[in-house]
Formats: sequence, structure tokens, C-alpha cells
Amino acid sequence: MSGEWETVIGLEIHAQLATKSKIFSGSATAYGAESNTQADLVDLGYPGVLPVLNAEVVRMAAKFGLAVGATINRRSVFARKNYFYPDLPKGYQISQYELPIVAGGHLDILLEDGSTKRIGITRAHLEEDAGKSQHEGVGVSTIDLNRAGTPLVEIVSEPDMRSAKEAVAYMKKIHTLVRYLGICDGNMQEGSFRCDANVSIRRRGAEKFGTRAELKNLNSFRYVEKAINLEVARQIDILEGGGKVVQETRLYDADKDETRSMRSKEEANDYRYFPDPDLLPVVIEDSFVEAVRASLPELPDDKALRFQQQHGLSPYDAGVLTASAEMAAFYESVVALVPSDPKLVANTVMGDFSASLNKDNLDIANSRVSAAQLGVLVSRIVDNTISGKIAKEVFEAMWAEGLEADAVIESRGLRQITDAGAIGAVIDAIMAANPKQLADYRSGKDKLFGFFVGQAMKATDGKANPALLNDLLKAKLAP
Amino acid sequence: MTVFLGAKSSKAARPPTSTRAATMSLSSKQIEGIAHLARLELDAAEIPRYVDSLSSILGLVSELERVNTDGIAPMAHPLEGQVQRLRADVVSSPNLRDLLQANAPQVDAGLYVVPKVIE
Repeated sequence: MSGEWETVIGLEIHAQLATKSKIFSGSATAYGAESNTQADLVDLGYPGVLPVLNAEVVRMAAKFGLAVGATINRRSVFARKNYFYPDLPKGYQISQYELPIVAGGHLDILLEDGSTKRIGITRAHLEEDAGKSQHEGVGVSTIDLNRAGTPLVEIVSEPDMRSAKEAVAYMKKIHTLVRYLGICDGNMQEGSFRCDANVSIRRRGAEKFGTRAELKNLNSFRYVEKAINLEVARQIDILEGGGKVVQETRLYDADKDETRSMRSKEEANDYRYFPDPDLLPVVIEDSFVEAVRASLPELPDDKALRFQQQHGLSPYDAGVLTASAEMAAFYESVVALVPSDPKLVANTVMGDFSASLNKDNLDIANSRVSAAQLGVLVSRIVDNTISGKIAKEVFEAMWAEGLEADAVIESRGLRQITDAGAIGAVIDAIMAANPKQLADYRSGKDKLFGFFVGQAMKATDGKANPALLNDLLKAKLAP
Repeated sequence: MTVFLGAKSSKAARPPTSTRAATMSLSSKQIEGIAHLARLELDAAEIPRYVDSLSSILGLVSELERVNTDGIAPMAHPLEGQVQRLRADVVSSPNLRDLLQANAPQVDAGLYVVPKVIE
């Protein structure tokens, strides 16, 4: 990408609220039910029905707003967004337009260089989801309305992001936040968390934004990054070729790895929003807001800061360990067992433990090694029973065979050698067997120190205590 | 053509207060646009009639602009002052799929079937 262009990105994130029933009806919202078994008269837009707002939806939106330092509007209004599509039975989507429930917040993201950047959140409004259409039949589309009326909060950012990486960092941060708050399960495969990206470019230093394209329905972090980068490259090509970017909606095709235009240009969007006469303004009392505020959990940023202060972790490590509430709780359970070395616990949890979860595609909830079991393993490193290197082997056995750390250490004879006499004897034997290397080392070839360490480790099956071995070798090898 | 109830109304559709009802007129093109949005098919002969009748409705409504609304907050609902009631988050609707789908022109394996909507 040429350096003279600057990318400008704003995201609209749709998070499905984790309610039991729909936003305006008593239908269930459970995922995976048989088609159209969770769509009642209200969801189907039958004549004469009236929507009645779900109280939990209001509480969840307020929770989100407070967590991003936004204003909870004491009065908000539902509006009709009018368009025709068969998965929208009423011919309009109930959304919020001029008076959303949440306005003006922000979120700080951690950039790759370790600095933080504040991303503005313009608003967050409540709306209902549409149904699901499929177009696989010949000449027909089929409609499942189970999803119609599922509550969504749409979180609209300011155009504050300047690269695909920043957009992904922001989206991940929102993802973390809504799961901490317990207002969205964050399941991207099931469509519970997805986003549209508004992407434009401008000459570096220019104040005016370029014409933007909207990339629709990006449902993975990887797709967000790829789609934005493709779109930026496409816009640079157009502008450098003397052309003009057209404002339009584009779809990312993961199979072909391209974005393409979704709508023909004569169909400019004209949603004719107007206040929904079926719904009165939503009025929120101060006491309600304060009750919601009191119910907020420790938020990811606060937790990350506490991990830095209390456990001496770097901002990066604290960020990784607080990326989900489950991971943070797991880490703290292990630290409680090994309070003397929280950094070693962090390395173990972020290293072998996380790698194994990823490899087997498991959540912490169904991990093969519990916090208590991992705590014992790390304790054995701290109390010098085993070295960090041997701990890897022990962990693998624990993970694969469901064994306890102590059982693996005993049955495989992995206890490390901390007897100076025994290690000294091993070193003496190696020195006697390698007179040339010994002479070279003593005449200044310092690099040969590693050779002796390797020989000693080999002779002890890696069980010599590394620090002790180091000290003894230095003393004995000295001329 | 966009008509909002709120403050951000389309300037094109709302002339300044000095020129009112008499000049409020929709073009044929706007009528075609409105018909398209409503998925109504109008033949060419019908359009002038809609230009006249819809323009006169807008003219009537624009009479309201004579009222001085300085300092009056826009209403979102005629029952302003009352507030939206909320319901508890409880699943209360039974599965009535078979009954409801008896009204549909075509269903297949529990899905509503409609003419294909994408190319």
C-alpha cells in the first residue's frame, strides 16, 4: 500500500442480546430450533398485534452504555425502518433512529506498539433482527423467521480507526466487553456478534473524508481484517487510476477473497424512518440507571490494570489474560495456589495451557487440566522439584492422559537433581571425557560453555537443576 | 422523498415559511420513486393524478407550519407523557407453526417459500 493514503474506518457492531425471549414478543430466542417454531403472531406481523418491549433488553443496553462511559438517554424512541424483503414480515424493522438509548461513549484499544488509542462510540441503539432467508432452491427463496424479533444492540463507532488492525482490536475489545457484561454470548458462528465496516481513504493530511463503502455482515475477526484490506486496496486502485469511489454496500466473499457490490445503484436506500406509533417513548429513571451501575462486574480494563499492579504483569500479558472473564478467573485461581510467582503462572497459562486449548478447540470450561491441577504443576517449578523445561513434558502428559502433576513426576522419575555432589560428579566425568574442549574453553573459547551444559543435561536426562548446574560448571571449568 | 417527523426533516420537502401550501408540489419523478418504494405499479397516465393528489395532501399538512413551534419539543407519540410499559423476559408464546403456516401460500419442511429474491 502506498504511504500517501490514509484509511478511515468506522464500525457498526451488531450484538445479539442474551435474553430468553424476543425484544417485542414472548417467543423463545434459543439458537438451533426447528424452523419457524419460535415465531409468533407478533414476529410474523399479523394484523392487530402490538409489540411490548422486553425489560431485560433495556437493562442490557444500559449496562453496555455505562461500561463505555456513555449517556443513558432518559427518553428514547423506537422508529420504523421501512424496506421490503421476505425475511421482514412487517415491511419495516423496529429500530431506534433520532433518539437511541445510548449516546456518546468510548473505548480504549491497545495498539501493537504498546500505546493505547481512544475510539469514540457515537451511539448504541436497540432493534429487532430480521429472519433468515436462503436462496438454494430453483426459482424460490425459503424463509425461517425464528430469528425475526431477536433483540440486537447496534454499536456505532466514530470513524476513528486508521487500519484494519485497529478495527479488529476495537471489535475484539467490544466482544470481550459484551461477554464480561453477560449481555451477549459473542458466538460469531451463530451470528450473535457481527459487524459492518464503513471504509474510505483520503490523502494523508487531508481533513475531508473520502467516499465510503459499507462492507456488510462480517462475522469473524479474520474476515474483518481481510475485507478491509481488500477494500482499501480496491479504493486506492480506483483513485490512483483517476476514478471515483461510489458510495455503496459491498459484500465480502470469503471463498473468492474479494468484495463485490451488493445493490444496483438506482436502488438508493430510503428507509423513511418515523417514530413507531405502536410503541411509546421509553423512559428510564435515575434509580434504574444507578441500580444497573451497581450491578456492573469488574470491567476488562480495570481488571487488566489490577493484574499489572497486583501481579506485576506487563500491559500486554494483562490484556491477554483479561480477554475473557473465564480466562481471568482461571489465571487468578492458579495464582491463588502459587502466590509467589504470578509471572510464571501467567507464562504457563498463556503458553502451554492456551496453546493446548486452541489445539483441541476447547473452552476453559471444558479444559482437560483444571486450575487446581495447573497450580500444583507450577508449584513444582517454584519449589525446584522440576525445571521449567521438564514442566512442559509433565504438562503434556497431564493434558493427554488426565494425570496429576505429582503422579507424572514420580512415575517418570522426572524429579530434578538438586544434589550438588551428584551434579559435580557428572561434571567431573564430562571434563575427563572431553579434554580438548576443556583446553579450548580454558584458552578463551567461552562459547564452549554451552557444550558442557548440553552434555550435563544429556547425562542427567535434563533433570539437573539448571541454576545449580550453571554455578557448578562455572566453578569447575575455571582455569 | 423523505418526510420525517423529527427535527432532521428533508429540506427539499419543506419550503421556507414564506412560500407555503400553494407551491408544495411533487414532481413526476418523486411520485415514481414513492411508488417504487411502496412496490406499487403505476401506469404513465396515473402519475399526473398522483402528483396532484399527493401534492395537495402535503399542502394540507404544510399548513401546520404556520404554527409557531419555537421552544416546543417535537413529540414522538400522540400519547406523549405516557411511557412504554415493559414485559418480563419470559417465553410465553407456544409453538403454533402448523396453525400459522396454514395461512401461507407455500411452505416446505417448515420454511416459508417465496419467489426467489436474489439474482
